[in-house]
Amino acid sequence: MENPIIETNTPILRLNNVSVSYTPGKNAVNNVSVDIEENRITAIMGPSGCGKSTLLRAINRMHDLYPNIKTTGEIYLRGENIMEMDAMTVRRKAGMVFQRPNPFPTMSIAENVLAGYKLNGLRLSRGEKDEIIESSLRDVGLWDEVKDTLNKRGSFLSGGQQQRLCIARAVALKPEVLLMDEPTSALDPIATKRIESLLLELKKQFTIIIVTHNMSQAARISHKSMFMYLGELVEYDYTKKMFTSPTDKRTESYLSGKIG
Amino acid sequence: MTMTIKKIKDRAFFYGVCFFSFLTVVPLVAIIWELVSKGYKQINWSFFTESAPSTFEAMLAKQSGDILPGGIANGITGTLLMVCLAAIIAIPVGIFAGVYLAEKPKSKYAAVIRFIADLLQGTPSIIIGIIAYAWVVKPLGSYSALAGATALMIMMLPLIIRSTEETLKMLPGSLKEAAAALGAPYYTIVLRILLPSAFGGLFTGTLLAVSRVTGETAPLMLTALGSTAINWDVTAPTSAVPLLIWEFYNDPNLADMIWSSSLFLMALILILNLIAKQVAKKWRIQ
Repeated sequence: MENPIIETNTPILRLNNVSVSYTPGKNAVNNVSVDIEENRITAIMGPSGCGKSTLLRAINRMHDLYPNIKTTGEIYLRGENIMEMDAMTVRRKAGMVFQRPNPFPTMSIAENVLAGYKLNGLRLSRGEKDEIIESSLRDVGLWDEVKDTLNKRGSFLSGGQQQRLCIARAVALKPEVLLMDEPTSALDPIATKRIESLLLELKKQFTIIIVTHNMSQAARISHKSMFMYLGELVEYDYTKKMFTSPTDKRTESYLSGKIG
Repeated sequence: MTMTIKKIKDRAFFYGVCFFSFLTVVPLVAIIWELVSKGYKQINWSFFTESAPSTFEAMLAKQSGDILPGGIANGITGTLLMVCLAAIIAIPVGIFAGVYLAEKPKSKYAAVIRFIADLLQGTPSIIIGIIAYAWVVKPLGSYSALAGATALMIMMLPLIIRSTEETLKMLPGSLKEAAAALGAPYYTIVLRILLPSAFGGLFTGTLLAVSRVTGETAPLMLTALGSTAINWDVTAPTSAVPLLIWEFYNDPNLADMIWSSSLFLMALILILNLIAKQVAKKWRIQ
């Protein structure tokens, strides 16, 4: 693949001609090919309905849950084509955080963190459990806030705390990639800021791909950005470069607020 | 001027609504009053521990002016036996059928199940009794608790199927996706996430189905028949509280027992409904 950018980092994820369609013959995502760098935050921007979430959800094979959605192309995670892997294995390697915080309502905070292990039937010793709970909650800066209420339901937390709990649940499984689908769009500015600085910490351990409709968020935290429009990947470049001198007219109009 | 007419109309309308709602409460209160006032005398310890008296025993007691001896223990145990047997089958089958309907709402097969469940729910209970008679009583050659339980099970199924479906449909789709995103296999998503999250609704639906069939009489007449003694043998004829009420009604000497048994049945169903309501409130889906 031709790429004008000199890679400073090995790509952990390579998308090759990825297309997704909800109805046959109509692609919601059309032929997207990109390389994603390891331990960086990559943002996917674009107006509503441009296919950014659809693209993100192709990476953890979420579309498999809905039989009418068809995904084509190849997605390589460390050289292995995830389209040929078992979907459940893929999802363990690519954790996902959703738009609205969705902790499991029947589980306590601690159980929520361990949910990935429990649901996959992986047995842990008491010590391992405690360690995973503490380290995951520390990773998302929630440990000090909840260490005395670990056995309380996760739904008692505030929205921002719930979302951090969901991130803890995802990082507990030690995935290769963290996929975030507008993780702050349901949160207030303070909680948003908290999560953004958290992501900057987390990228040391994980590769993060974040869908955002918030341009300034992409500018603040991402290393590279994709701009998508009508299912096409219009531009993919270093975020700084894209925001200062976009090469495509459509990117420019979006960034200046003319489309979107 | 117009304001006052409007106000008067408003008032009249409001009092009208109050009046009609009061009208609906009157019979309910009257029923409970009737049952309590006529039934309380018979309710004592032996009412719960002893079997129904014979006509002769009852006649002797009446002549000496005593309350009737014995109780309805054979009915209580029979009801318990048959409802439990029915529930053991109907709850898992109904819940899994409901899961299917909620998970594949648009499939043709789901439409068929949904249609049959609705049809079954509207089927007169006497017909269910006849079916259970043909399917169980005839082949086994005897009236039995098993046959009674079969009839009750068929009656419980559609209630549980539909309440499970409705409850699961209320769960946010994000819950399933959150579990799937952790790599969970489908069966664990259903068993460990969806069903526990829907627990309140499932429990309420099941309890209402139980309370619904607890009062059924007609299908039991054709299947369980009745028994004068406490019976735990599922292949033998068995009594039930509503069956006893019918028997008491047919025996002038036992007439006093009608009211106490009716009071008991009504209280039982009322309690089940109250529990269902509390559980639904406490475990409602957030």
